[in-house]
Amino acid sequence: MSDSPTFMHTFGPAADPITRLGWILSAVAMLVVVVIGVFILVALFRRRATTGNLAEVETSAGRSDFIYIGTAASIVILVGSFVYVMAVLAETSSPPLDPALTVQVIGHQWWWELRYSDRNGANAFVTANEIHIPVGHPVRFVLTTADVIHSFWVPQLAGKTDLIPGRRNATWFQADTPGTYLGLCGEYCGLQHAHMHVAVVAEDAPAFRAWWSGQIAARAPPATKEIANGENVFLSRCSACHTIRGTSAAGKIGPDLTHVMSRNTIAAGTLPNTRGFLAGWILNPGQMKPGTQMPATPLAPAELEVLLAYLETLK
Amino acid sequence: MTAVAQDRELASRLEEIWKTKPGWQGWISTVDHKEIGKRYIATALIFLVLGGLEALVIRLQLAGPERHMLSPQEYNQFFTMHGVTMIFLYALPVLSGFSNFLWPLVFGSRDMAFPRLNALSYWIFLFAGLLIYSSFLGGQVPNSGWFNYVPLAEHEYNAGLNVDFYAVGTVFLGISTTVGSINFIVTLMKTRAPGMTIQRMPILVWGTLVASISNLLAIPSLTVACVFLFLDRHFGMHFFDAALGGQPLLWQHLFWIFGHPWVYVVVLPAMGIVSDILPVFSRRPLVGYMMVAGATVATAMLGFGVWMHHMFATGLPPMAAAFFGVSSLVISIPSAVAVFAWIATIWGGRPVFSTAFLFTAGFVLLFTIGGVSGVMTAAVPLDLQLTDTYFVVAHLHYVLIGINVFPVVAGLYFWMPKMTGRLLSERLGKWNFWTMFIGFNLGFFPMHIAGMLGMPRRIYTYADGLGWNTVNLITTIGAFVFAFGVLLLLINVWWGLRKGEIAGANPWGAPTLEWSVPSPPPPYNFLVIPTVASRYPLWEEQLGTEPRSSIYVGPSLDEGRETIGTTPTDASPELILRMPGDSYSPFLLAVAMTIAFYGALLSQWWLAAVGTIGVIAFAIHWMWPTPQEDTA
Amino acid sequence: MTASRVTPTATDALPFAANAGRHSPGWWGMVAVLMTEGGLFVLLLFSYIYTSAFDHTHWMVDGPPDLKLALPNTLILLVSSATAWWGEKGIKSGNVARLRLGLSVTLMLGIAFAGIQGKEYADKKFGPSRDAYSSLFYTITGFHFAHVIVGIIMLATVLIWASKGAFNERRHLAVTNVGLYWHFVDAVWLAVFTTLYLAPHLQ
Repeated sequence: MSDSPTFMHTFGPAADPITRLGWILSAVAMLVVVVIGVFILVALFRRRATTGNLAEVETSAGRSDFIYIGTAASIVILVGSFVYVMAVLAETSSPPLDPALTVQVIGHQWWWELRYSDRNGANAFVTANEIHIPVGHPVRFVLTTADVIHSFWVPQLAGKTDLIPGRRNATWFQADTPGTYLGLCGEYCGLQHAHMHVAVVAEDAPAFRAWWSGQIAARAPPATKEIANGENVFLSRCSACHTIRGTSAAGKIGPDLTHVMSRNTIAAGTLPNTRGFLAGWILNPGQMKPGTQMPATPLAPAELEVLLAYLETLK
Repeated sequence: MTAVAQDRELASRLEEIWKTKPGWQGWISTVDHKEIGKRYIATALIFLVLGGLEALVIRLQLAGPERHMLSPQEYNQFFTMHGVTMIFLYALPVLSGFSNFLWPLVFGSRDMAFPRLNALSYWIFLFAGLLIYSSFLGGQVPNSGWFNYVPLAEHEYNAGLNVDFYAVGTVFLGISTTVGSINFIVTLMKTRAPGMTIQRMPILVWGTLVASISNLLAIPSLTVACVFLFLDRHFGMHFFDAALGGQPLLWQHLFWIFGHPWVYVVVLPAMGIVSDILPVFSRRPLVGYMMVAGATVATAMLGFGVWMHHMFATGLPPMAAAFFGVSSLVISIPSAVAVFAWIATIWGGRPVFSTAFLFTAGFVLLFTIGGVSGVMTAAVPLDLQLTDTYFVVAHLHYVLIGINVFPVVAGLYFWMPKMTGRLLSERLGKWNFWTMFIGFNLGFFPMHIAGMLGMPRRIYTYADGLGWNTVNLITTIGAFVFAFGVLLLLINVWWGLRKGEIAGANPWGAPTLEWSVPSPPPPYNFLVIPTVASRYPLWEEQLGTEPRSSIYVGPSLDEGRETIGTTPTDASPELILRMPGDSYSPFLLAVAMTIAFYGALLSQWWLAAVGTIGVIAFAIHWMWPTPQEDTA
Repeated sequence: MTASRVTPTATDALPFAANAGRHSPGWWGMVAVLMTEGGLFVLLLFSYIYTSAFDHTHWMVDGPPDLKLALPNTLILLVSSATAWWGEKGIKSGNVARLRLGLSVTLMLGIAFAGIQGKEYADKKFGPSRDAYSSLFYTITGFHFAHVIVGIIMLATVLIWASKGAFNERRHLAVTNVGLYWHFVDAVWLAVFTTLYLAPHLQ
């Protein structure tokens, strides 16, 4: 994949037919513009040499055949486009196979909550901002929102579908090539619409299964005194909003942090998930993502130290 | 008495009847459509400059990755106000200004059908614009985008007055647009010169006619949406609250039932300006007049059947998506008709490359680009990728700048001489055109690419390494070049007002009635009401038209403010219209409305009550029958 | 001024617009006003129908609205339209007394309608901020109510003008326009009544 989340180069059956459509329509569009442009230029200059006179008026009949032929040509192009468009719509609106995996995506200002489970609802777990999918298999996404309208968009895998209060929308995609694909919020949703990214990690079956079993597990119990102290800091300062499975921390306002260190970024793609950024984020998130709903958490240096040590164990 | 002396005596009699008092009293009370039209244009251009400055600030922020000149809150306010200003306070009002100035002149009439209503619609426009901009005083500027989706715009997520300025301001402005539209419709139906049948109307007026009819049906949709939102926000109602049975998507339906017709409202009159100017400088009648007029009507009608194409990503049922995909493609057919009619007109003419002509010819190309990118966004599955990206931002700017601003600038070069009596500089005009044309394409074409590279609209900054840096930098440079072009226009206008060459009655050898009167026209427009026999009354000699229009023989109606009323289709003389004189009522009524709307905005209900009582009182006073109309 | 000599011609045969009824700009202006007002109510009813199609758990939780007051009130409004028409027909033949009687009865029926509507609001068990249904119910009927109030003010104003002798058989455009407005208010009520009151009983 390239650096840009460009939908002119895509990697799955929900997007590829649209990409072809995009290129073909772009080519037709440019051709039309060039043809019209040439017509305008010829029209402008073919009789300009004899001009400059604001007293004369041309009395010859106009070439109204231009209108008939031009409009007829436009209609042919439009009808052709329409047939092709409908074919692509039919091709991309549902997956070729019934998806084995359904992920529930819940939009929040400004992050993505992700709920996974087996088909029968067993083995459920919650994570955030990083979707793992098995490569080569269609995945279904059920889309709801906790607050305002958002739009779920992974340009290189599929078009947008909105998350609307009171509705359950659905979409699907499939990645044919392993890799990480950038997803964005596609509907203006307030202050940090710009920083509402989601990463889609497509990996082969063994890696995906390993990720899945890692995510289902509760957090590993603290191995050292320092880590246990860190967990206590977490429970007293962070648990109102965040959940860590295996502890009494069960807050639902912010992302589930049971395996926060398995993710590459923090704050929905805003910052790299490193110790330094994590520390800065905890102390003053509003500075890094102005408007974020996460409050600043003033911590003594020692508290911060053990908290970070603890968080780093949440792999 | 000699003939000339008789003319002079008639002129001074009419001047006495129609003139406006000098000084501030005349300024506030005038109902002269020419004054009101010029004010509309000047006010709208001021809003254009404000909206443009907002855009430049936005472009500075986006010139490179991770720039933080504006906070996210400020950025959101700027992009919202940029859209609100351009779409509501510039794009239609400027066209209303041209129509106000021109209609009675092209119709061979002495004023609009309802001159006081005309003044009222200007005052409301001005006060509504000031009301919306007064949000800057308290720092609570609208911040939810120009289409203001709920629930983001609901009190729960947006507690300040920001959105209230939007909701109250647009409802208030809607009154201006509505009364203005009624005035245009009735003016067209009743005040055309005798003989100016529907087929002989200047092509110019078709756009404003159908836009006005569209407004009557579209504006209520925005009004209903904003009233619902206001009740939700201030009275705890639940129109859009999913938790209690409300539907957030209802806002989107109501908004776009208004919003898409509105797009045509702000482009069709501008296309009319092009259809009027292009033939003058091609030195031939417009090719396919009836087809262009029909295309205008068809576009406006189809414009009511495409609104859901703004909502493809909301999870529409496939049948609805297919239907609105088709209608959105069909609507481009009448546009194709117009484009080929313009090309055929240039082709079959002997083009004179005046500045006004360059802007109209440039427009045809920009219109085509905006049209084909529109066809791309109408392709449903592709739109799921394109929507809410910079591709759409590019498309809508090709539409709104290409199809509105370019014709408007052409209109200024063309009709400023009629308004002021002085020509603009053609030399500076050429520079003006090329900087605007090159700057525009340099600024906005790369936005298509930014969108295709996956850049969503309405993000206040973006990370490095997404491949968006170069296109954004080029866009910012282009935006400044374009802005420089607009500055050249303003300099040219300023220069033209003072030093411009004296224009004379008909500097362009143009065919329609406004060019038969002096520049600037006298307060009464025409000494005698002309009778029209063809589409191009002043080209009849060259075209060999028979029978000829009678421009200098007709009723003088010099016993009071009077003009001729004619039948709607055939324009046979039917009535004498007694026109009201200058009046303070429109100004006072608009002030009372402003008080009422501020009362609602600030939840000061006593203030709203005072304003409402004032509105009722001034309205009754306005309508009070005058005894003089009882004669004859 | 152009050098051309202008030749004024006479226009004695043409009537003044104020006396021209449906040919006058004023009449067309009122038609245009009612066109946009009609659009407003179509969109209000669209909002009601649209919302009713989705969420049923919060929709009309206490059953369809009672017809006990609304049905007679509808008849009152229908009769008031007839009396307005009767009065206007009077002035067309120069009968000012009949116009005044017609307008007076219409005005009283209009006030009665508003009063009964007010009573219905007062008796309602829920307010406008209970749920989406109640918001729509009060806002749609409230918009209509506001039009009735405006109509009452217009009827009263025209009645005063009639008493001052402002109208005769040729000149009565204001009466025609107010009558047109009042018929519109009546027609809108029929649509509102059918959608909000009757239709729920038919299901």
